[in-house]
Amino acid sequence: MINMGDIMETITMIQNENLDIRTITMGISLLDCGDSDINKSCNKIYDKICKRADKLVATGEAISKKYGIPIVNKRISVTPISILAGISGGDVIKYAKLLDKAAHTVGIDFIGGYSSLVEKGFAPGDEALIASIPQALAETNLVCSSVNIGSTKAGINMDAVKVMGKQILESAQLTKDKQCVGAAKLVVFCNAVPDNPFMAGAFHGVGEADTVLSVGVSGPGVVRSALDKLDKSASLTQVAETVKKTAFKITRVGQLVGSEAAQKLKVPFGIVDLSLAPTPAIGDSVANVLEAMGLEQCGTHGTTAALALLNDAVKKGGVMASSSVGGLSGAFIPVSEDEGMIQAARSGALTLEKLEAMTAVCSVGLDMIVLPGDTDASTISAIIADEAAIGMVNSKTTAVRVIPAIGCKDGDELDFGGLLGSGPIMSINSKSSAAFINRGGRIPAPLQSLKN
Amino acid sequence: MNTKSLNEKRSNEKAVVTVIGKDMVGILAKTSTQCANAGGNVLEVSQSVMDGFFSMIMIIEISEMTISLKELENNIANDLPHMQVLVMHENIFQSMHRI
Repeated sequence: MINMGDIMETITMIQNENLDIRTITMGISLLDCGDSDINKSCNKIYDKICKRADKLVATGEAISKKYGIPIVNKRISVTPISILAGISGGDVIKYAKLLDKAAHTVGIDFIGGYSSLVEKGFAPGDEALIASIPQALAETNLVCSSVNIGSTKAGINMDAVKVMGKQILESAQLTKDKQCVGAAKLVVFCNAVPDNPFMAGAFHGVGEADTVLSVGVSGPGVVRSALDKLDKSASLTQVAETVKKTAFKITRVGQLVGSEAAQKLKVPFGIVDLSLAPTPAIGDSVANVLEAMGLEQCGTHGTTAALALLNDAVKKGGVMASSSVGGLSGAFIPVSEDEGMIQAARSGALTLEKLEAMTAVCSVGLDMIVLPGDTDASTISAIIADEAAIGMVNSKTTAVRVIPAIGCKDGDELDFGGLLGSGPIMSINSKSSAAFINRGGRIPAPLQSLKN
Repeated sequence: MNTKSLNEKRSNEKAVVTVIGKDMVGILAKTSTQCANAGGNVLEVSQSVMDGFFSMIMIIEISEMTISLKELENNIANDLPHMQVLVMHENIFQSMHRI
C-alpha cells in the first residue's frame, strides 16, 4: 500500500514546488518524404506530421488529467530540413512555413528541426537552409532552428561560426518589433544530440527510429525545496545524496508519463532527458538551487563547483529511474528563463564570463542571454567559437542561444513572455575579435589522449 | 502499466483522492457520495484534523468507475468549495516512491 507521507510529498511537489513535465516531444523522421519536387515534398511532410501527431496533444492532456501533473508543452522534432532541402532544391522557406502550418494544425507548442549539421562542411541544402534562417524565424511562430557547427570528432567549422554570428544578428533585427524573438528560436551547437526533446535545439537524428516519443522533465523547485529542508550544517556529500534522491523521483514521473504516452500513441518510447529545466516562475530556478547550497547569489565564486555537483547528482539519480536516458541530460542555465539567474544578472553577480565557465560543467551552454543591440556579428561568432571549443575539448554538448537586443539602451530588458521569460542586457568585452573570425577555415579536432 | 481507456474494464486499478482545507461538516460524506455515484469503491481512508485544518487521503478502486478521474475531481470540488481536491491515479505515487 502507498504510504500517506509519500502521497503528500508528491502532491506538495506538484502543487507547491512546480514539479511538471516540461515537454513530451514526438520525433518524426521525414527521410521518406524527400522528393525532387519541393511542392510534393512539402505535401508529404504535412501529411506525415499530421497523421503521426494527430493525437499527441489530446494524449498529453489525458495523461496530465489522469495523474494530476501538468505537461507544459507538446512538441515535435523532425529530420534536419537541410537534408530535404538538399534533395528537393527550391525555396527552402516553403519548408519553414509548412512546418509552422503543420504545428498549428496539430495544436503543438513548438516544432524543431529547421536544422543543419555542418560541423565538417556545407552541402547545398545546408547553405540554402542557413541563409534562410532569419527570414524563416521572422515569418513563422512555432518553428525552431538549430545548426551544429562543431564536434569533438570533426573540430569546429569556423566558416559556419562566422555565418551564424551574422544570422543570429539578422534574426534579431528582423524581429525587433517582437522583442527580437527570432534569435530566441535559434541555437548553435557543438556536439548536438539527435534525441533532444528540448527547444530550440530539438531535431530528429537520422539514426533514430521512424517515430519516437521522448520526455523532458522539469523540477528545480523540488530540488531547492529538498535542500532547504536539509540542516544548514549538512555536508556536500549529504547535499549530493539529497539531489540524487530527488532527481530519481522527478525522473520516475517522466518515465511514467513518457512510456504511457508512447504506448497510447503506439510509437516506441525514446528517452527521458534527465534535466533540471527552470521556468520564470518564482522558486522554479536552478540559480536558487545553487543558492540553497550556500551561495549568497548565483554567479559568485563557488558557483561552478556547486553546479558541477548538482549536474552530476541529477544524472546519477535519474539514470536509475529510467530505462532509457539521453538528450541533453543535466541542469540547464538559461538566463531569461530562470528567475534567480535574472536577479543575479541584474545585480551584476552573474556575468557572461562566469556563465561560460559554468557551461563547462553543466548541460548545454550559453542560453537565453540578452546582448547589447549594437554587438558586432563577429563578436557573436567569437562567443560561439569559445563555447564550441569548451564542448569540443570536453566531449560534451555546448550551445549558444543569445539575443541581441536591437534598438535597446543600456539597462533595458527584453520580455519574451511565457516559458522564454525576460532578461537584462548583459555586458560583453568591447575588444574586437573580427580578424580572428574572418580567417575562417576549421579548428582541427582535439587530441583524445594526453588529457590534461 | 495499464493504459486501457476508461470505457474498458480495469482490474484493481486505484486512484488517490486527497481533500485539504478548513474543517467543516460533511467532507467525508460528500466525498464518498461522489465516489459511490461514480462507481468508485472506497478501500481506505486516512484523515486528520489539526488546528481546524483538515486533510484526508482516500484510496478508491476505479475498475468500475463510469466517469474519468478529472470528472470525479470536479464533482467533489463542486460539493466542497474552498477545499483543495485532487484525484490522481495511483501509478504516479507508485513510480515515484517504489523501486
